[in-house]
Amino acid sequence: MIFGRSERGKPPVEPVTLKILVAGGFGVGKTTLVGAVSEIRPLRTEELLTEAGRPIDDISGVEGKHTTTVAMDFGRITLREDLVLYLFGTPGQDRFWFLWDELATGALGAVVLADTRRLEDCFAAVDYFERRSIPFVVGVNCFEDTARYPAEAVRQALDLDPGVPVVLCDARDRESVKEVLIRVVQHAMAHAAAAREAVTT
Amino acid sequence: MSGDGQGRRHWFDDEAGPVVRPYAMTRGRTTSAAQHRLDLIALVVTEQHAEDPEADHTLSPEHVDIVELCRDVPQSVAELAAGLDLPVGVVRVLIGDLVDDEMVHVTRPVPPAELPDESILRDVISGLRAL
Ligand SMILES: Nc1nc2c(ncn2[C@@H]2O[C@H](COP(=O)(O)OP(=O)(O)OP(=O)(O)O)[C@@H](O)[C@H]2O)c(=O)[nH]1
Ligand SMILES: [Mg+2]
Repeated sequence: MIFGRSERGKPPVEPVTLKILVAGGFGVGKTTLVGAVSEIRPLRTEELLTEAGRPIDDISGVEGKHTTTVAMDFGRITLREDLVLYLFGTPGQDRFWFLWDELATGALGAVVLADTRRLEDCFAAVDYFERRSIPFVVGVNCFEDTARYPAEAVRQALDLDPGVPVVLCDARDRESVKEVLIRVVQHAMAHAAAAREAVTT
Repeated sequence: MSGDGQGRRHWFDDEAGPVVRPYAMTRGRTTSAAQHRLDLIALVVTEQHAEDPEADHTLSPEHVDIVELCRDVPQSVAELAAGLDLPVGVVRVLIGDLVDDEMVHVTRPVPPAELPDESILRDVISGLRAL
């Protein structure tokens, strides 16, 4: 099916898996971006989270709405039989932030999607990745009806570090999304090289 | 709506979805030995010797589904959760049981905080270009 069926009796290939996060404000095009490159229709996975301080297995508390469901979309790209990239579209609403730690753990990098009509919606995501030193690029999703901002204006408005790439993109377009993802990986490589440098000097 | 359907609906919350039922499946357990290690992209692989999970009456149908789903093709925790329509936390517990029973094993993704090595990143870039 996915990684190529193994012959009977032969253990299946166990690929290396990697993930890239796609974050940004509500309705900015995260799911669209994932769907543009995924080999599967974006799947949805859910997690039940307990609101702070309440034990999740306190069944008596169910009517009291002590848990909340956070959903995230994800897609998959099989790059090679032994190398698979997953893309996770993070939930847009701020109140789900606490889930992000788990999602971000082990991520190769992230795309912060921005809509120039409401750039402030992605401030939170930018802050988040900056604080955790997770390499990210800003993808400016170019909806047709918006004036095209130059990447530099977006960089200034978001007060990005000079090293953070800003890429104009179209979340619906496969080639455009591929380019954004390549930038993420290149940036992650540069980031890792800089980190190694910092350790040895 | 039948009385039964209505009765069950009480346990559902429009926003939160089914709350009790999945955790009933794990008998209220929310932790397990393997759970904390299981990343969303960790892959579950059925052991070669796990031939007839249905014969094991300690396993729930959902356990059996996981063993069957991961037999020919490893599946990530996220894919299993989506495919079985269960919350990730529940799937983690079920996988933990199966790991304890040695029915499946789980591949370790790249350890958090450690970037995959540069050659893998290069392969990712060329893989993306070739798409
Ligand atoms: N014109 C245009 N429309 C887009 C583009 N990207 C996304 N859309 C549309 O914008 C709407 C929202 O896109 P989604 O991909 O669902 O956004 P999202 O970020 O996943 O939304 P949430 O998960 O609800 O936060 C959809 O109707 C898309 O078709 C784009 O580049 N151009
Ligand atoms: Mg979405």
